[in-house]
Amino acid sequence: MISAIKELRIAGGIREFGRYGQLLYQALRSSTEFSTYRKNLFHEFVKVGYESIPIIFLVGIFTGAVMTLQTAYQLDTDIYPSTIIGSIVVQSLIIELAAVISALVLAGKVGARMSTELGTMRVSEQIDALEAMGFNSVSFLVVPRIAAGILMFPILYITAAVFGILGGITAGAVDGILPVAEFMEGGRAFFFESDIIFGIIKSFVFGFVITSIACYKGYYAFGGAEGVGNATTRATVLSCIFVLLADFILAALLL
Amino acid sequence: MIEIKNLTKSFGDLLVWRDVSLTIQDGETTAIIGRSGCGKSVLLKHLNALMYPDEGQILIDGKSVFDLSYTELRKVRQRFGILFQGGALFDSISTFENVAFPLRYFTDQSEEEISHNVNEALTMVNLKDSGSKSTAELSGGMRKRVGLARAIILKPDYLLYDEPTSGLDPRTSGEINELIVNLANTMDITSVVITHDMHSVLSISDKVAFLDEQKLSWFGKTDDMKHSDNKNLMDFITASEYQINKQTA
Ligand SMILES: Nc1ncnc2c1ncn2[C@@H]1O[C@H](COP(=O)(O)OP(=O)(O)O)[C@@H](O)[C@H]1O
Ligand SMILES: [Mg+2]
Repeated sequence: MISAIKELRIAGGIREFGRYGQLLYQALRSSTEFSTYRKNLFHEFVKVGYESIPIIFLVGIFTGAVMTLQTAYQLDTDIYPSTIIGSIVVQSLIIELAAVISALVLAGKVGARMSTELGTMRVSEQIDALEAMGFNSVSFLVVPRIAAGILMFPILYITAAVFGILGGITAGAVDGILPVAEFMEGGRAFFFESDIIFGIIKSFVFGFVITSIACYKGYYAFGGAEGVGNATTRATVLSCIFVLLADFILAALLL
Repeated sequence: MIEIKNLTKSFGDLLVWRDVSLTIQDGETTAIIGRSGCGKSVLLKHLNALMYPDEGQILIDGKSVFDLSYTELRKVRQRFGILFQGGALFDSISTFENVAFPLRYFTDQSEEEISHNVNEALTMVNLKDSGSKSTAELSGGMRKRVGLARAIILKPDYLLYDEPTSGLDPRTSGEINELIVNLANTMDITSVVITHDMHSVLSISDKVAFLDEQKLSWFGKTDDMKHSDNKNLMDFITASEYQINKQTA
């Protein structure tokens, strides 16, 4: 019985992955129809990028500040020079935290909006209406959302990292743990351009994972308001899981 | 001409209907009737391949719609206008822009021409002054009429209506029925109308298709419906006439 249920779930998972792949394939093929989605693309740049800056600012500042205080607490001995706090904070932000924490927050903000929008359009037959007019609804709705995700997430990542470092510097100075100059010195000593490239690749992948899952769940939503709610919940949970999984895989492959 | 041939559709284990065949002649208005959930909307969405069947074919002027490439299909779809059950208006843009939408993307009309055509369509559905309203401000009946204006803006050959009068008061229903008849006559449109409303059926349709028990239970001229020997159809007619009498009493 239990193994039968497991098999069913696995079969369902495979089928779902197939449909997800199909939607992505359609999106890729219709990405050449630039005139269909041009207007929506700029709209999405604003929604995904510009309108996320306040939350990314907060995420960055607090992550950097907390990271600095806690690193100082953990290294509270005379063995290490205090500049090492700057090194640890800056490198952790650039390699991991600025990308992953932003992505998890944006899965809630950007991903949930996309799946709710597309889900509502699906259940109120707006997607059918587009298709019925002879419109390519995937090109019109899905392509600009995924494109905005993969182009804007790296920019948001850099924003989060910069504000994270500023948050760290400020926390260190205000708390009197280490002066600005020492933080900077430590940060510079372990600053590698390749780490930033690694972070950009990560955030690019996270942007793709989050927006594509959200679009997929929304595009195939069914069953009224409850169906849209379910689609958004599933999209958010799956996005978080796959962001963490992708984070692990990229670390294993690229570091 | 639309020829539906031996169409069968199911969703997973749920059989919607089996072996449906009927022909829709140019210029005719065909009503699809049946209980709620019997698969009327699903049938309508097969006509322009918004859904695909398990088996069977639909030929439009002799060409099979389900075998078309996506590019060809999009051209065929532009010959259809659909009024969806809830209007399916795009809620991020105004009423005017909803009606203008197909013109902006599928024609190269100037702003003036667009404005003229949209106002003409809105006038046809008696909503001359509602263009600037946001879709949230529209009542149920107005949403359907805006949906209708959008459906006719590209002068389609076929118009599909999904329950155009359901949820409306008898007077607004009457107006919409009149509109359907007028459009069919003035624009020379072939119409397919889903409805539970016997008033509509009798006042607008030339032919009736009755879906029941997962099949096409009866198909014929509207005038022949009253003396058919299909018991379920007679029950259905009696029940909806009773409904109408109750509403107007
Ligand atoms: N996309 C879908 N996925 C699964 N089941 C569906 C879908 N669309 C419709 N159905 C089911 O098909 C049946 C017929 O639906 P529908 O054509 O909407 O009925 P109606 O005659 O009221 O218009 C219903 O049982 C409905 O639940
Ligand atoms: Mg229906």
